[in-house]
Amino acid sequence: MEYLFLVCTDATAPAYDPADDDIETWVAEVEKRSGVHYGNRLRPPSDATTVKVRDGQLGVTAGPFAESAEWIAGYDVIDCADLDEAIEIASRHPMARYGQIEIRPAWPFD
Amino acid sequence: MAIRPVPDRVADAAARTAADETARAESARIVSTLIRMTGDFALAEDCLQDALAKALSEWPTVGVPSNPGAWLTTVAKNRAIDLLRRASAESRAVQRMALEPSAPESEVDSVDLLSAGTDDRLTLIFTCCHPALSMDARVALTLRTVAGLTTAEIARMFLVSESTMEKRLVRTRARIRNTGIPYRVPPAGRLVERRDGVLAVLYLLFTAGYSATTGDSVLRRPLLDEAIRLTRVLVELMPDDPEARGLLALMLLQHARSRARVDSAGDLVTLQEQDRSLWDRVALAEGLALVAHRASGAGRYELQARIAACHADAIDAEHTDFERIVLLYDELDALAPSPVVALNRAVAVSLSQGPSVGLALIDSLVAGGALTGLHLLPATRADMLRRLGRAPEAALEYEHARRLAPTDAERRYLDRRLAEVTS
Repeated sequence: MEYLFLVCTDATAPAYDPADDDIETWVAEVEKRSGVHYGNRLRPPSDATTVKVRDGQLGVTAGPFAESAEWIAGYDVIDCADLDEAIEIASRHPMARYGQIEIRPAWPFD
Repeated sequence: MAIRPVPDRVADAAARTAADETARAESARIVSTLIRMTGDFALAEDCLQDALAKALSEWPTVGVPSNPGAWLTTVAKNRAIDLLRRASAESRAVQRMALEPSAPESEVDSVDLLSAGTDDRLTLIFTCCHPALSMDARVALTLRTVAGLTTAEIARMFLVSESTMEKRLVRTRARIRNTGIPYRVPPAGRLVERRDGVLAVLYLLFTAGYSATTGDSVLRRPLLDEAIRLTRVLVELMPDDPEARGLLALMLLQHARSRARVDSAGDLVTLQEQDRSLWDRVALAEGLALVAHRASGAGRYELQARIAACHADAIDAEHTDFERIVLLYDELDALAPSPVVALNRAVAVSLSQGPSVGLALIDSLVAGGALTGLHLLPATRADMLRRLGRAPEAALEYEHARRLAPTDAERRYLDRRLAEVTS
């Protein structure tokens, strides 16, 4: 199954410690699993642009569609056997320690 | 050999009884067999329901088969093949099932189709109690799928309508499929934390049923028996697990005291004042035996069971080994600190070292603020003040506790105490 990991901040999490950030090891481990993997870090919500079309009119606004204390700081798309494998991989992501990771299954096409 | 058919209401009742009993005893086995074959949780459940409906329409006339579990398994299995064929002739599940010979229904008595071992039931429990499901969902699904209760029965226990419970179950099964929750016992590295999740579900079922024994909701009482039954299954499946045994012991030791918890007027009786001859000796003996072997590094349920065992072991309240109970609470507090544990520890301290030491502990809990709003905090403080002879202060605290008490039984108990200190 394909899962999207939304790597999010969490105001209640311990302060980020760059010395403990082992994201390269995590990426290498995930890629070794030979599953689909594509992911990246995201610029902050202040750099977001929201686009809508209503009645044929394009609307462009600066900023995210919803303001919130927590924001999405990165994402990964990973192919896993099941939710347990996805939870296992997410639990080893450094941002699981300094933030939180929302796991979303992709809609299957079959 | 089939029971001779009697085509009347007696036969209908007999068929329903047989179907209900078989569902309770074997639904976990049957559903897990079907999930193993089809890989589909919801489909497996639906097929068992269809088989039960067929049993209710056929058994009154043709008689209850001598092996009703095998009969239901075969009918449910054939239904699954039928549904899967209809859904997709190319389905891999159908190909898998086609490899397994399916006995015609008339021959099931001679064929042992219940080959699903205990591991399948364990897999089912772990799947129903997956941490990615909400607690409400886990509880409902466990009662439905593992305990084999009907949706109507579960709805009654949780005081919701049958359609609300049915929707909850449907959503839960859909979530299992959509999020990719696997049908599997977790690997060794995750087994302890996942087992804790299973035990939490079972303990929640138990406490929901146990609190009902004080008469607030008779409908929830069957939860208590189901919780004990399911925990027995878990102990049978994980015989070497001390926490599963500890939880079963805790349930049995608490349950053994149910009859003494309320008097003939339906009022609460504290542990200190209970008539111990009313305690269920069989349940006590079984509970005590489960925690008889002392092991170091006991878990939270085992520690709570050992505390309950100290009470069970005492001839009367005065001869209770409260010093040992305090030590066990110390261990529990180190392992899983919580304000409720601290409150219970303070009570044990007051009974071994006197109410003034206990009161000091309670006062620091009040200052901590974590239990604000819980009636047990002022009620316990009132008890200490009463024992110290400080009646006017005790009365104020009993009144405070009464305003916070959640049930009539507790309010009546506090009224009684209040009358004692104001007379």
